[in-house]
Amino acid sequence: MSGPVLAAEGLTLRVADTILVDGINLTVSPGEILGLVGPNGAGKTSLLRMLAGEVEPTSGSVTLDGVPLAAWRPRDLARRRALLPQHTLLQFAFRALDVVLLGRYPHRDSSAEEDLETARRAMEGTDTSRLAARIYPTLSGGEQTRVSFARVLAQETPLVMLDEPTTSLDLRHQELVMGLLRSLADEGAAVVAVLHDLNLAARYADRVALMSQGRLAALAATREVLRADLLTEVYQHPVVVIPHPHLDCPLILPGGDR
Amino acid sequence: MTGLSPRKDVGAALGARWGKTGLLLLVLGALLAGAAVASLALGAVDVSPGVVARIVLHHIGIGGAESFTLQEEAVVWSIRMPRLLLGLVTGAGLGMAGAALQGVFRNPLADPQLIGVSSGAAFGSTVGIAVAGGALGGLAGPLVGLGGGLAAGVVVYSLSRHQGRTEVVTMVLAGIAVAAIGVAGAALVGFSLGRPELRSPLFWSLGSLSVATWRLLAVTAPLVGLALAALPFFARSLDVLLLGDREARSLGVAVERVRALVAGLAVLAVAATVSAAGVIGFVGLLAPHAVRMAAGPSHRVVLPGAALSGAVLVILADLAARNLHPPVEVPVGLITAVVGGPVFLWLLRRTRTQHGGWG
Repeated sequence: MSGPVLAAEGLTLRVADTILVDGINLTVSPGEILGLVGPNGAGKTSLLRMLAGEVEPTSGSVTLDGVPLAAWRPRDLARRRALLPQHTLLQFAFRALDVVLLGRYPHRDSSAEEDLETARRAMEGTDTSRLAARIYPTLSGGEQTRVSFARVLAQETPLVMLDEPTTSLDLRHQELVMGLLRSLADEGAAVVAVLHDLNLAARYADRVALMSQGRLAALAATREVLRADLLTEVYQHPVVVIPHPHLDCPLILPGGDR
Repeated sequence: MTGLSPRKDVGAALGARWGKTGLLLLVLGALLAGAAVASLALGAVDVSPGVVARIVLHHIGIGGAESFTLQEEAVVWSIRMPRLLLGLVTGAGLGMAGAALQGVFRNPLADPQLIGVSSGAAFGSTVGIAVAGGALGGLAGPLVGLGGGLAAGVVVYSLSRHQGRTEVVTMVLAGIAVAAIGVAGAALVGFSLGRPELRSPLFWSLGSLSVATWRLLAVTAPLVGLALAALPFFARSLDVLLLGDREARSLGVAVERVRALVAGLAVLAVAATVSAAGVIGFVGLLAPHAVRMAAGPSHRVVLPGAALSGAVLVILADLAARNLHPPVEVPVGLITAVVGGPVFLWLLRRTRTQHGGWG
């Protein structure tokens, strides 16, 4: 595996008197999916926003390809990393296809045919082709998420960051989206995803960063992090981890009193 | 039956929109030509379209001067032509500025008049004219008007932006207050102006093209033209901006810079039209909406389309203003308000039924 695409050192974010993220070091390498997990308010989204260059850290630094994020020109950065926020609120009647084509914005030199072909492939992959002519604000929450995900794919970047990409998706489409991320990583992309569902992290992530109160409780290979004792402590609720009956990954369940 | 293949779905969606766009621009172009001929031909003295054509051709160097009377020539070329062109420039400027401001505010209701920019520009223009008069080659009105419009826009924008979103209620309320201040200020300062037609508060609140002269056009047209020429370069960035600030930034749009430049150019167009023809309401709302409904919200279509449809709207409204109660002229803003007000109400209702209103 080649060196990391993205490297964060001592990332800290303080808003007013509250420390949201506290001195985090991590790297992301080509070919891997890094899952960010942790309880509500642990600082996952804040960390992702700093890694994406959206929010300036109070202290610490993030480098992409060895260059500090702040030194990148916006358009060059947009060709290197894509970001899927939690919700895209749109009050104008763009069709789904228009939204996906907007993902081609940073690729100024690509032809209209190339843009369309890329958008078409992204929509096929996300099972949104038949929504192409539908008006985005009239789509259901899950459909909007998939169209936004297609826009991120159409951006064709070697680094993809996603903030809870599977929330509001049904079971089949959760698997579809995670499977796409897996194949992106297998083709050499680096993927960072905030994941709420620990079982999706267990099945698809190569490494997991477990956050707790702004710090990294653990950052290691998925199996080493998603352990019953560690999860029970961080989530402050009994957690049971058993082998998946069919797949080669752990299965995580909430425990509790009988 | 295999149903539609994905390839066909995407292709059909694309084809439908391009077909609509071409047709729309063609129809708007034809409407503009028709409105222009009607505007030159109809009035206190009717001149036949054939004679109008010969006079225009004569003045651009084709054909002699023997086939029409001097009176006809004076009416068409010295009175109606500058008025037509001022209507064209004003309508195009207001239409495109409205579309651009709606993109910047990310809200389809951000009309230059509604958010106070027009009235701020009117206030600034009267101050400019009162202080500098005809000095600076007549540029004092539009330039100080630009300052007034920008100040109004900055006040409303900064009050209504909260956590990356535009709060509609705050935007509209702030717009009402700023517009009231602007109109009152313009009317008060207007009383001190030298030219009698600029002393009427009606001129500043409802507009008029009766002030049109070739000299006035020479000031207004280049300023509006600059905005009309520059704004379309931001079409794609404005499209991306509609997705939201986070999305736009992650797609490589320099969000703050694009916003500032687009708003500045739009307010320039508004200020130049207001200092020439007063505040003509609803054009910046009606024109972009008509285009969006016909061809979708992409600024690559909406910006030029809104300029064309705004021009058609103002030229036709002025034609009605001149011919409703001859020889008395009705303020042109009355006509646009009578048409635009109900459409605005209908839009509110439609928004409510389609996605729950503006909250």
